[in-house]
Amino acid sequence: MATEAVRLDGVTRRFGAMVALHEAWLKVRHGEFLTLLGPSGCGKTTLLNLIAGFLAADGGEIFIEGALVTATPVWQRDIGMVFQNYALFPHMDVARNVAYGLATRGVNKAEAAQRVAEALALVKLTGMAGRRPRELSGGQQQRVALARALVIRPKVLLLDEPFSALDRNLRGAMQVELKEIQQRLGITTIFVTHDQGEALSMSDRVAVMSAGRIHQVGTPEEVYRRPADRFVAGFVGDVNRLPARLLGREGDTAQVAAGACHFTVPAAPLAGLAPGAAVELFLRPEQLAPAPAGGPALLEGVVVARVYQGDRMELHLEAAGVPGRVLLRLPGHAPGVGEHGSHLAVQAQPQPDAMAFPPTT
Amino acid sequence: MRYGLGLRALRLMLRLLVLTILGFVLLPSVVVIIAAFSDRSILAFPPTGFSWRWFARALAYEDFQSGFRNGVIVMAWASSIALVIGSGVAIALHRYSFTGSRLLQAMLLAPLVVPHFTLGLGCLILAAQLGVARTMGLVVATHVVLVLPFVLRSVYVSLRNLDGRLEQAAASLGAPPGRVLWTVTLPLLAPGLAGGWLFAAILSFNEFTASLFVTAQRTQTLPVAMYNYVREYADPTMAALAAIYIAVTALLLLVANRFLGLGRVLAIDHGH
Repeated sequence: MATEAVRLDGVTRRFGAMVALHEAWLKVRHGEFLTLLGPSGCGKTTLLNLIAGFLAADGGEIFIEGALVTATPVWQRDIGMVFQNYALFPHMDVARNVAYGLATRGVNKAEAAQRVAEALALVKLTGMAGRRPRELSGGQQQRVALARALVIRPKVLLLDEPFSALDRNLRGAMQVELKEIQQRLGITTIFVTHDQGEALSMSDRVAVMSAGRIHQVGTPEEVYRRPADRFVAGFVGDVNRLPARLLGREGDTAQVAAGACHFTVPAAPLAGLAPGAAVELFLRPEQLAPAPAGGPALLEGVVVARVYQGDRMELHLEAAGVPGRVLLRLPGHAPGVGEHGSHLAVQAQPQPDAMAFPPTT
Repeated sequence: MRYGLGLRALRLMLRLLVLTILGFVLLPSVVVIIAAFSDRSILAFPPTGFSWRWFARALAYEDFQSGFRNGVIVMAWASSIALVIGSGVAIALHRYSFTGSRLLQAMLLAPLVVPHFTLGLGCLILAAQLGVARTMGLVVATHVVLVLPFVLRSVYVSLRNLDGRLEQAAASLGAPPGRVLWTVTLPLLAPGLAGGWLFAAILSFNEFTASLFVTAQRTQTLPVAMYNYVREYADPTMAALAAIYIAVTALLLLVANRFLGLGRVLAIDHGH
């Protein structure tokens, strides 16, 4: 198929004077798991509601399976939606909840019963058909909501922060399960979350949003290793921002110096800056390491906290000239390194994914 | 120790206060019920003997019988019509903010501050101007105006408590607005609708002041018939009727509470 599953052409939505979504352009491929990631108020839920049809666009066009749906009402869009609070009908049992979308489509009773049973089996709720939603746990309600959205075989599955009400362990299990179901059915899925870990672990691609704009669309690895701008770099994963100086540019890359170290970074974000200009160097915590004695150091600081994380050790440093704390993430439990209160010289791992951006004014 | 003693004294006083208030509220009803069993034909307290005869007379008295029938008819029509109008207006007010929606809201809640006799008088004058006879229709119309605010309130509050995402979920599953209303909104509003209807019914059945203006001999409701009776007689029949009134209303409320309470358990748990 040539067309995308969902396409947004410059979709804009305002609430009064506030622009909730500013000219969003997005193509979602068939069978893709795409996550809209951003802090609350960034417009990700507005975007989802525009695709679902709960909100009308103030500008631009929306296509589902190549068909223009900008003016199509919700009930004719053929979408499946899972709400943050699940929104199960409290006056119907599980089977009738799941069958609701089949009844509205006029599917005959026998076929509906069979499809409901299949959907419940898919989400491992066989035998629960007669229960009321309030008799179910949060995780079970979540599965019913998923079954209800999937049983109608929608063109696109929309999920609005579906895991935010679950506790941590259950959330992890449900994430894996949702991903499995999504891959088995090959259903195009648009997932909204503010949890960057969730976005990175589940998505085929992530659209990072802030203040009503899509900053970057890319695979989790692209978004993490090659963030398009300082917002994406700061929002997806932890990052150290270190003062640095632009040395020069060469084609697509630029050289920057920080401490006694030199780094090669993408040149695009630094367009327009002259050699010698101050820049901010972005380095992930796992790309820093203690410098060998006498070797060139990126910075030197005092260890103010050692945080044991099981599979790794986090060191928090205070360093002169660096605003905030410097974070190091060392594999294992790093015995004898960076005792509390000690001085530590830090260098970068070889060939780090370093990025540099102009300093904020 | 002193602290414990003071606390206990305070608790005792609080209990006494509650009992006094309860007594004060219930005393008139208790007096009337006791007076209903009097054996003498003068409404007096305390009674000197015991008899059921005033109950028999109250039930047999023709004006009371027709008043009861009229009252039930007016009650049923007025509350049902008010329920339909009130629900429609409540849904419109809840869903859409249109020009004058606030004014409409204020106007519909106005009968809470407009005295009933003003309303009765107004309806009477209007009816006379329009050449409408003092029929049951007029009484029903007056009662609709009277009970509408209460129904509106009840439905509006239920709507406010309804999670809008349930309706969105139904729409996302392919249900057009009418189907959403019938299969999701109304079933979930049922306890609110039933409560509103019941409240309106009780109000309508007991209403006296406005009814006095708009009823005629043929259309008088029970409270009006009672008033007319008291103007002519002073025997304990009235007290007997009052006792029946209290008993029946209490029974109705108990049944309704049980039914509505059950309904709430069965249908409503959008407690997020």
